[in-house]
Amino acid sequence: MTTLTATRADVCVAAVSDAFKNSGEVLAHAVGIVPAIGVRLAKATHTPELALSDGEAFMMSEAPPLLKTAAAGGTPEAWVPFRSIFDIVASGRRHSMMGASQIDRHGNQNISSIGDWRQPKRQLIGVRGAPGNTVNHRVDYWVAKHSARIFVDRVDVASGIGNDRATGTAGRFHDLGVVVTNLAVFGYDDSGLIKVDSIHPGVTPEELQEATGFEIDAADAPLTRDPSSEELAIIEAEDPKGLRFKEVPA
Amino acid sequence: MIDKTLPLCEVTSKIESGMTVGIGGWGSRRKPMALVREILRSDITDLTVVAFGGPDVGLLARAGKIRKLVYGFVSLDSIPLDPNFTRARERGEIPETSEYDEGMFVAGLKAGANRLSFQPIRAGLGSDVLMMNPDLKTVKSPYDDEEYVAVPGLRLDVSLIHLNRADAAGNGQYLGPDPYFDDLFAMAADTTIMSVEQVVSTADLTTKAPPQTLLVPRIFVNHVVETPGGAHFTLCEPDYGRDEAFQKAYAAAAKSDEDWAAFEQRFLSGDEAAYQAAVETFTNEGDTK
Repeated sequence: MTTLTATRADVCVAAVSDAFKNSGEVLAHAVGIVPAIGVRLAKATHTPELALSDGEAFMMSEAPPLLKTAAAGGTPEAWVPFRSIFDIVASGRRHSMMGASQIDRHGNQNISSIGDWRQPKRQLIGVRGAPGNTVNHRVDYWVAKHSARIFVDRVDVASGIGNDRATGTAGRFHDLGVVVTNLAVFGYDDSGLIKVDSIHPGVTPEELQEATGFEIDAADAPLTRDPSSEELAIIEAEDPKGLRFKEVPA
Repeated sequence: MIDKTLPLCEVTSKIESGMTVGIGGWGSRRKPMALVREILRSDITDLTVVAFGGPDVGLLARAGKIRKLVYGFVSLDSIPLDPNFTRARERGEIPETSEYDEGMFVAGLKAGANRLSFQPIRAGLGSDVLMMNPDLKTVKSPYDDEEYVAVPGLRLDVSLIHLNRADAAGNGQYLGPDPYFDDLFAMAADTTIMSVEQVVSTADLTTKAPPQTLLVPRIFVNHVVETPGGAHFTLCEPDYGRDEAFQKAYAAAAKSDEDWAAFEQRFLSGDEAAYQAAVETFTNEGDTK
């Protein structure tokens, strides 16, 4: 048997999995290929009680093939059409890892539009569920292409709300966790500002700063851990076609 | 039994310019596309469109028929963005927009369906949804210190929905995995026009499927239109999946004026039968390639 070596994508998957440690028996919502594998890894290792979705109308006790719905296989365990998702969001029994087109140092996220929203330079998908997610349950972000265009001083439209906006009722269940990127893992410091939790093996602090549009301190950041051989085997089994390398090239 | 069936070509006689029109489905899933195509063929314009947007919004925006759009997102699902929608927004061709959080959108529909002036929700607090919708107000709880967004009731003049089956009286049935919010759209509207793949007898509705599939009761439906392939190119499971090849062609054509003119000429210049025939030709060409 050949020994598997961890690629950058695998390091990212393991970091996603770590983000779901201690989530408990909640619905895992994962947008993107690496997050989708990461929540499967979390369920297969430290958090078996995690509930996975097929991205459509079912919670799955056995997940379908990666990026496929229940129609392609697996075992449904609950029916959760879109109408029940918003009730699950409001119940708090959910943990999201969403994408982001912009993130600022407070953790405000934008997926709505770039430029003046009245006539945007670039119209994106819309705020979707980001405002509701961020005031109801834990939210992490996944950024496959870490750049200074994404990590900006100020987001154009705060879709998911950052720590600076989480006051009053908006702050009651607000819980930003981590931002996993292809270069590093960010968390938040005591004042709610983004800080470097770890930097991926092979990335220099200078590279990371260059790709981040606001000042960060990565000088003493530890390295993001490598996945174990057991984890690598699970990742390989969940993603035999290597779809994760479309997001994070090997 | 009351017969509410209506020929597709008469649908636009029920819709007027300036109306608020709710469109069921979700993204590029079970959209009443044949009904939308009828609007494209008509002079109807100046619409307020309320939808979890997909190509329905893209097509109406490209045709310049939307005065105001109320939405949580517009997406083709397998293609994240609808180029007709993004183009219209980037050119400022949709005069007014209300971009809501998805949960807020549902709250607004529920309030509309329940004839309430608003429904409270946590979603939206602290976000720029409030900045983009300056008329949105918050409401203080009469019981404690909480404050919520008061989403105004979304009341619709007309709702357009597409289901798998119905009887002629207007009892609608979905057979796929997700009902989306089509029943809510029907309940929030003064008039509901429901297209279906097939009109069957009332008894047939429950001989092949469990009664839980009966999503929309006839008391909320005014017109039933039989339109096989009426959700094309969005999915309508289990009758058919999304036509990915066609959707790709749609999204590609939307990117230039020249290609879009050719697409319109080929697919949208005739009636529904001509559309379906052109789609069949398109599919056969793909098969022989």
